[in-house]
Amino acid sequence: MTGRGRLALVVGGAVALVVGSVSPWATFAGFPGKMSLGGFPGGARLFALLLAAAAVLGLVDIAGRRRALLAAGLGAVAVIGVNGVALVDQGGGVGGVAWGAWLALAGAGLLVAAARALPAEPAAELRPRVPAVAEVAALCAGLLILLGTVVWALRINESSRFVSFLVFVATVAVVAHHLGLFAWLSELSDRHRRTVVLASAAVAVAFPFTQQGNAYWIRVFASIGVFAVAAIGLNVVVGLAGLLDLGYVAFFGVGAYVGALLANASLTTVHVHVPFVLVIFLGGGIAAAFGLVIGAPTLRLRGDYLAIVTLGFGEIFRITANNWDGLTRGPNGISGVPDLHAAGVNFGEAHTVLGVSLPGFANYYFLELVLLAAAILVFTRLNDSRIGRAWVAIREDELAAAASGVDTIRLKLLAFAIGAFLAGCAGTVNAHVTTQVSPDSYTFLESILLVAAVVLGGMGTVPGALLGSAALFVLPEKLRSFQDKRLLLFGAALILLMRFRPEGLVPSRRRQRELREEAPEGLPGLAGATGAPPGSPVG
Amino acid sequence: MSTTLLDVRGVTKRYEGLLAVDGVDLGVAEGEILGVIGPNGAGKTTLFNCLTGLEVPTAGEIRFRGSVLGGRPDRFTRAGVARTFQNIRLFPHMSAFENVLVGRHCRTHVGIASAIGRGPKFRREEGESRAKAEELLDFVGLRRSAGAMARNLSYGDQRRLEIARALASEPGLLLLDEPRAGMNAQETRAAAELVRRIRDRGVAVAVIEHDMRFIFGLCDRVAVLVQGRKLVEGTPAEVQADPRVIEAYLGAPTG
Repeated sequence: MTGRGRLALVVGGAVALVVGSVSPWATFAGFPGKMSLGGFPGGARLFALLLAAAAVLGLVDIAGRRRALLAAGLGAVAVIGVNGVALVDQGGGVGGVAWGAWLALAGAGLLVAAARALPAEPAAELRPRVPAVAEVAALCAGLLILLGTVVWALRINESSRFVSFLVFVATVAVVAHHLGLFAWLSELSDRHRRTVVLASAAVAVAFPFTQQGNAYWIRVFASIGVFAVAAIGLNVVVGLAGLLDLGYVAFFGVGAYVGALLANASLTTVHVHVPFVLVIFLGGGIAAAFGLVIGAPTLRLRGDYLAIVTLGFGEIFRITANNWDGLTRGPNGISGVPDLHAAGVNFGEAHTVLGVSLPGFANYYFLELVLLAAAILVFTRLNDSRIGRAWVAIREDELAAAASGVDTIRLKLLAFAIGAFLAGCAGTVNAHVTTQVSPDSYTFLESILLVAAVVLGGMGTVPGALLGSAALFVLPEKLRSFQDKRLLLFGAALILLMRFRPEGLVPSRRRQRELREEAPEGLPGLAGATGAPPGSPVG
Repeated sequence: MSTTLLDVRGVTKRYEGLLAVDGVDLGVAEGEILGVIGPNGAGKTTLFNCLTGLEVPTAGEIRFRGSVLGGRPDRFTRAGVARTFQNIRLFPHMSAFENVLVGRHCRTHVGIASAIGRGPKFRREEGESRAKAEELLDFVGLRRSAGAMARNLSYGDQRRLEIARALASEPGLLLLDEPRAGMNAQETRAAAELVRRIRDRGVAVAVIEHDMRFIFGLCDRVAVLVQGRKLVEGTPAEVQADPRVIEAYLGAPTG
């Protein structure tokens, strides 16, 4: 196709998409974002409008533009499609969709066509030469944009608009990826590691101040924090040591019961109150002890067998908790767990800091941040030591690791115990956050969700575990109007993700290599790594 | 003769319906290169597996530096017997450098508390491990490939990396299972040279190999295994001249 023809496609597509995005999408009133009115990009139309900006990629010559423009066009199609489905659903048929949506769809289609007409090209390598100050500024700006986006997104109440938003964010991420932006940012964050850690911490601390005293999302994020600590613990077991644990939530439950029983709850069986500083270590320690008890006989098993045994342990824990009335109060659980009192602070009270009133849950949120920081420290430092290297070696080739002098049983036990310890600590806090503990919180499904969070986010990385657990908590909250179909949608999203990005959202570099690279030709040596064990009697 | 490092007495490995290794006695002296040859299926690799804890012998005793070896493979490595594999078993997605560092595991002692706290002990030990790993990569000629992923190395480099990883555990005896398999003539000469240099570091070496010329040119002593039994043991010249060896390889003369 000639350059002029391509130009016509790009300009025509952009104009159609822009005009369509500020025109009515609904033929009936009442759809969120005043979609029946034209003249402004209300509701999800804004996302389609913003994606039209990607048309610039069709005009300038930069690396990666073909795939980026293609992604932007397809993303716009998806945004329009999501709203189209909602419009058809609520407007009683195709008649519910107004001309603006059709025009925008045509525009998006033209952009896709324009992208396909662009010549194929190698992947982008963004290496701008900028001073270190600008690099740090770019990183901080990126984190601030992240915070702003999260705060803004949490205020979106309509499910269709939130799904549109997710599609938009995913599209922008894919566009940025193809333009080489993420590769550059990750290189930058490697170089300015300390700054990134501090800035991330600052952003995390800043979050409650953006909620104007509203407790809802702070509470959700406190839960995410609990979940993320557990996910990082599971990441040690699954992501580093490569042991599939399908009953991991039981360790979390052990911690939660310890936390609830030792807090002198109103409906409990043990009437003692132990200081929380002790309880958190006790919860972690008891969970770790369970980990060792379960692990010692089972870690000699490999792969699938271990998964089955851990699954069984998870069920045993739940059933025991359900029936041991004398200790756990059976299905009623322990309830009325009081608010924490630690370091002279009543965690249930609202506080005013710097003129901003923070609800009581902010205290738990901050406690979670501290716990999370500790978990991250444990994870990253162990990962980068002889212990972490031995875990990865076990995952890569257990027999070769043993022959290289790694005490595999001991190290697998250690991974199991550390994972359980972190889950137990998280559990003790969770008992206070949820104020009650009952067996139905620790089902097989929860274990699966934890594994999903780790796999979805990216095995063996901290950001992966954080992102995975955040997604697992926020998505169901935001997709409430889909009710029972939530898990269905969630499962579908998981399948799509595993199909197109098997290494997870934020993969470790090593894991990415494992999943993406084809075995190079002429290297038969490592084919034997998964081949017959050397114990075969031929020799 | 110098002191005995490895002393194998009557090691037997019996699988259901198959006697893979049958009462083998074997000794390796300090600073020695021992060759183990034999036709396919003679039990060479099974014998090595017994000597490194990958298989538990049905009978017999293995002594290293006077004490009896047993238990899981890492115990053998810790005691000072390291090995490489016939079908190379590296950690494919770790870098060459990391592969060697894993080999340091049993000679380092930092625990979780120290690894998290990053105290002076951690920094010293980690620094020593890294220096040692660099030195070993240099020794086998892989200095420039330190950052490369193990699976992306060439076949010969993978074999050399496996040797570096084994040497990282500071063994007294290194067992090489067919170190020249798949190598051309030039690489084979380099491999023989490397084995000699390992011996010069004070590490005794036992080599399984099919290539007679390689073995007879390299080893101080050669043991011949046939159908799980040790047929002959002696200097290369003695073994080469022994009619039983010729018979085992070529078959008995008829008529």
